[in-house]
Amino acid sequence: MLGLNFVDMTITEKILARAAKKNWTKPGEIITVAVDWCMTNDATTHVSIDIFNDKLNTKKIYDPDRTIFVIDHNVPSESIKTTQVQNKMRKFAKDYNIKLHDGEGICHQILLEKYVLPGQIVVAADSHTCSMGAIGAFGTGVGSTDFVGVMVTGKTWLKVPETIKFELEGQFAQGVYARDLILKIIGDIKTDGATYMAMEFGGPAIRKFTVDDRIVLCNLAVEAGAKNGIVEPDEVIEQYFKRIGRCYDKNMFFKSDTNCKYEKKHNYNLSILEPAIVSPHQVDNYDVVVKIEKDNIFIDQGFIGSCNNGRIEELRIASKILKNKKVKPKIKLIISPASRTVFLQALEEGLVEIFLNSGAIVLNPNCSVCWGACQAVLGEGEVMISTGTRNFKGRAGSPDSYIYLGSSATVAASCVAGKIVDPRNLIK
Amino acid sequence: MIKGKVWKFGDNVDTDQIISSQYLLLPGVAEMKNYVFESVQTDFIKHFNSGDIIIAGYNFGCGSSREQAPLVLKEIGASLIIAKSFARIFFRNSVNIGLPIVVCNEIYDEVDGGQSVSCMLKEGKIFCCDKTYVFNALPQHIMKLLNCGGLINAINSGYLLD
Repeated sequence: MLGLNFVDMTITEKILARAAKKNWTKPGEIITVAVDWCMTNDATTHVSIDIFNDKLNTKKIYDPDRTIFVIDHNVPSESIKTTQVQNKMRKFAKDYNIKLHDGEGICHQILLEKYVLPGQIVVAADSHTCSMGAIGAFGTGVGSTDFVGVMVTGKTWLKVPETIKFELEGQFAQGVYARDLILKIIGDIKTDGATYMAMEFGGPAIRKFTVDDRIVLCNLAVEAGAKNGIVEPDEVIEQYFKRIGRCYDKNMFFKSDTNCKYEKKHNYNLSILEPAIVSPHQVDNYDVVVKIEKDNIFIDQGFIGSCNNGRIEELRIASKILKNKKVKPKIKLIISPASRTVFLQALEEGLVEIFLNSGAIVLNPNCSVCWGACQAVLGEGEVMISTGTRNFKGRAGSPDSYIYLGSSATVAASCVAGKIVDPRNLIK
Repeated sequence: MIKGKVWKFGDNVDTDQIISSQYLLLPGVAEMKNYVFESVQTDFIKHFNSGDIIIAGYNFGCGSSREQAPLVLKEIGASLIIAKSFARIFFRNSVNIGLPIVVCNEIYDEVDGGQSVSCMLKEGKIFCCDKTYVFNALPQHIMKLLNCGGLINAINSGYLLD
């Protein structure tokens, strides 16, 4: 079997080599890989459909069972135009027997819950596809034309990336989470610090990271420019698949060899990290919350959700802070679970009740405020603290609005305080 | 040879700045073009002429995978994008839609915008104000895709890397 004799390679190199039916590959090599899953969502699928209908000679989908359409960006539709665009997608999915998830949650969450397995390759028309690395798969984002290419050929070309290794040790202090770590890492290496590269998260501490935590890390890899983020799959992943009742193949649990070559290595001691805050308008505008607390940054809105931070663990963290407390009356706290599964779990655990009692607005699973086109759009001069993926200018509405990024704890605590605060004050 | 007036941008110009999320579900790129660089420069589209060239610093096109970003630049008639570096997905998307894209460090620090710039893609040369700047040729596979006129044409003509 291919892959049994891989030597001195990183996990990313092994996954790519296997998919290219090669025994070895190295960074910089351009290879063609077979793709296990391709996915596109309602933000850009209409562009792909137009390319397919108007420009492509073939009208055949390579494998409809491995092609996934997700309607998650504008859910439910806020305008006639959006509905038209989404209906075009629904019709195409029906015509070509493509799997469609309509309003069930954010595409990456759906992929991780229902389809992707360790060692597989996912190419999707969304930049945060790097989330797939959380379970030891290779996921990367592409545009609409590349997506069409994969949808009709089942393969794509990729340049094998160099890998940056992040060695994690120690344990988070109270009030500090995976979200704070990844924001710190991006602050350190900057928004182009890993361009074209793989970000591999390892070290003794990673073995204690849950799947949710690993998704938080891998999902934001693209914000440092990375091609993919990845964590070696281990017992945590086995337990996860057993728990959700999905079969997996342990032969596809790839690991980096001791003698593999890393472009760079960074060490992080988790125990000295503090709650993070990222100021407008770049994801690397990092600082610790405690430092900007005195600036009295009053907020108009908070957001807990997104493919980065809308899972059950983040909702649990927020619920602990919001229990028996009230969101300041003038502030809108928007909470949108990442998927229907997460929403149901939050209901079962009583979290939604806590949120509603605190005065928060709980919305259906979708990209919501993080995408700034259909829900809780920011007005001129408004300030939001968010667990979303990005704080780009105009990302959540007006070009003259301001987005700060922090953990779900920091967002919840700030919405109670009325301004950006260190969540540890409320956790004590 | 590509020739046009240059428009200068800074580092980390992200895809939301090129075309903001709220316009992505407009039915076509033609409808989007009035909003290009809306948050960066008022009335940019009114002053930009077809054939003009965009020059930027590091990490141009970072952020989302939206192909509408390079598509809208192509739609307004941008003939070339020069940057110190590009975000990965933006680079791929540009190649796939046949928008010429060049990495060149040196020229960025020496132009202010407004000058006339010429570029010979195959030769890897840019000319501006009596000076010649050299850039690395693209990998063979990418040149093949560009020569086909983008990925779709490549698939139509049966060319795929194996």
